[in-house]
Amino acid sequence: MAVGPGLAPARLQDCKRDWIRGFDSMADQALDGAAPRPLLSLRNVNMTFGGVKALKNVSFEVLPGEVHCLAGENGSGKSTLIKVITGVYKPEAGAVIDYDGQSYSHMSPVTAQASGIQVIWQDLALFPEMTVAENIAFQTVIGRWPRLVNYAEMRRVAINALQRLGVTFDVDLALHHFPIAQRQIVAIARALVGEAKLVFMDEPTASLTQSETDYLLDIVRNLSASGVAVVFVSHRLAEVLEISSRVTVLRDGALVGVYPTKGLTQSRITELMTGKTFDYSVLHRDLSRSPVMLEVKGLSRPGEFDDVSLTVRRGETLGISGLLGAGRTELALTLFGMRKPKSGSVVLDGRPVRFGSNRDAIAAGVAYLSEDRLSLGLIQPQAIADNMVIASLDKILSGGFISSDRKRSLVNRWIRDLGVRIGKQDDAISTLSGGNQQRVAIAKWLATDPKLLILDAPTVGVDVGARAGIFDIVSKLADSGLAIILISDEVPEVYFNADRVLHMAQGRIVGEFTPGATTPQAIEEAVYA
Amino acid sequence: MRRFVRSHATELALLAVIAVICVFLSFATDRFFTLGNAFDLLNTSSVNIIFAVGLLVVLIAGGIDISFAVAASVVQYLTATVLGWIGGGNWIVGFIIAGVLGVALGCINALLIHGFRIISIVATISTFNIFFGLLMFFTGGVSIYNLPDWLTTRVVLFEREMADGTWAEITLPVLIMAICVFATWALITRTTTGRQLYAFGDNPEGARRFGINIGAMQFIAFGWLGLMAGIAGLVQAHYAQEVVPNALYGRELDVLAAVVLGGARLGGGKGSVLGCILGVLLVSITQNGLNLMGVSPFAFKMIVGAIILAAITLSNTSIERLLPFLKSRRVPS
Repeated sequence: MAVGPGLAPARLQDCKRDWIRGFDSMADQALDGAAPRPLLSLRNVNMTFGGVKALKNVSFEVLPGEVHCLAGENGSGKSTLIKVITGVYKPEAGAVIDYDGQSYSHMSPVTAQASGIQVIWQDLALFPEMTVAENIAFQTVIGRWPRLVNYAEMRRVAINALQRLGVTFDVDLALHHFPIAQRQIVAIARALVGEAKLVFMDEPTASLTQSETDYLLDIVRNLSASGVAVVFVSHRLAEVLEISSRVTVLRDGALVGVYPTKGLTQSRITELMTGKTFDYSVLHRDLSRSPVMLEVKGLSRPGEFDDVSLTVRRGETLGISGLLGAGRTELALTLFGMRKPKSGSVVLDGRPVRFGSNRDAIAAGVAYLSEDRLSLGLIQPQAIADNMVIASLDKILSGGFISSDRKRSLVNRWIRDLGVRIGKQDDAISTLSGGNQQRVAIAKWLATDPKLLILDAPTVGVDVGARAGIFDIVSKLADSGLAIILISDEVPEVYFNADRVLHMAQGRIVGEFTPGATTPQAIEEAVYA
Repeated sequence: MRRFVRSHATELALLAVIAVICVFLSFATDRFFTLGNAFDLLNTSSVNIIFAVGLLVVLIAGGIDISFAVAASVVQYLTATVLGWIGGGNWIVGFIIAGVLGVALGCINALLIHGFRIISIVATISTFNIFFGLLMFFTGGVSIYNLPDWLTTRVVLFEREMADGTWAEITLPVLIMAICVFATWALITRTTTGRQLYAFGDNPEGARRFGINIGAMQFIAFGWLGLMAGIAGLVQAHYAQEVVPNALYGRELDVLAAVVLGGARLGGGKGSVLGCILGVLLVSITQNGLNLMGVSPFAFKMIVGAIILAAITLSNTSIERLLPFLKSRRVPS
């Protein structure tokens, strides 16, 4: 995948036209008596943080019961806009917020909640040790004065809310017994209890697999059908297209336009969000003479995966796609020495290997980029430099101690080679954007001089623009002779970035595709069938 | 049934361990399985159970407290002194004084934690040293033996003469313990405040977004532990019939271990009154049994430590793994 050279003049015209058209369509609706009155309508919203304009004269409207997507890269102002609407931030003077027949110059969190604006935060704000019923009906134990808890009432409220969403749960079980997708639904049910008219969902699918996402999208449809408007924020454009009726695009704090979803494509939204064009093409590398780096034969771990055989050549990227529970991550962890196979063999660079632990695997040249960057892949509060060298500390030793000079030069080299944009090496990793964090995570593993790099869901929570940058790196790494296994839920991702794609289902490899010879749709049909 | 096992795994594991120990002790000693010994166990465990349910509330709210045992010593000493000034008093006056002082000391901890944003373990290690230092400094380590009569008189609530002529008795501390246990149970499971405490300990940020008053939560949790510590202090003075400044020093770790053993989590949001009681009982039954078996008291700490480790391991190991038939099917997604 290559990034085009910025915004072509013709493209710019397009954007401008779109922008104007966006307003036109809003104006049309205002004039057209048959169109429903907007539930929420914002005009002239400006926000400045420390001299930086976070929102520039933004307008935004949501119709009752519609599913409206808010699209934009990190830093485009989506979160700021949501916080203005929910009363966390007060916009600069001149802003008009019309909501449900009332006009406000700014919102307060109390008015926003009381009038039915609910936010489902990315981190959910649920209570894992409490029961589902308590989580959903927690509103009933809030209040100034202590009262006795009415558990029967809580259960009734919770079951009602879940019924409205068309799902049934064991509401008496503690929430931590449920997978993340169902916790997401609990959070939605909780919003319903708060008499929601307008629900904001901030990246609700970031940690869900495809099938869980489909389930969630069904719930969102039910919600919308019951008259609740939903504003959906997501990095995953496929679901944006699937779920919404209209899309508002922001870029650098300014409104790009409002578009009916019908007629939009993923690449079109990407262009609007980034202002760049992306050239999608499949890889054409001739690797038939390249030596085999990894050969796996009949690898099995009962209950996780069964009889898996695969080869990866030097310079090749092998994609693995499949649903959650297909055994992809378990297979990766086994190749990385963190789990022991029951049977089968692994040959790495011509030598049979049997790892006792992942330390052996790292020493033998295997690197594994964890699927969960936030909690497993990086140590968030620690410095960028410390994160980058953590897997290769032995390379920066001098007389048995860590040499700060060697550390600095190693870090500088990787920051340069991978184009990581950072402030200072000693800043906490959490100060970086998702894309830059992922580059640091990749650098951490490259510093160990791997022969085989396993990337498990490397673009979760990473912007569209930054994704292209990451796959650029992956492509260059493969060209430099690394063998790469790329695991992803998103079929297009493996389709455009791997030489071959394996389909894994229920612990077995059930299909192999060559991107040039098939279409992403064909693979998707096989995977999601 | 399966749900009950899943949500009460720790309590059931503890009960199993206690049952095994009891069966063993019943055969190994002839005194253990008697009514008199059972009542003795209750009488001697009362103070620790009162401490334990107080500490439970703080742990549920996501905090920890090291200072409550020496705070109870301070309360004992001050209450005895005040009772001396006013010339006597009675149980009600005693509890009011001890309770108020206990709550006040607990609130000092809450103020440090909430007002000055000091993490609770550091704040309470500091107050542990300050409370104990002040107590030793002002008392010079001198004990009070001259307590009012009502405080030192044993109050027997129930008694029965046994076949061998000894008396099995339940005394006042057991009643007070029962009231404290019931009150704590009602607070944390039956009131909205209690559920807010759980929520706050489970996910502080989530609780804050719901508009829960975080400061109030800290003051309620540490205030409740202070109240329980004050009551426990007075009961301990009654039981020992004297006030010795360093009598309770070191008790905090025994109680903390027992509460964690009972399923409370140091991260907050988890724990039950039943687990707490079982945790304390497991430790006291073990000590009692060792006593009856004539084991050297020097070996007690070692064996109790080993039992705590074993029980924690058992309750951490998923009960579903030990009892495969209870394994639940995957929740469909």
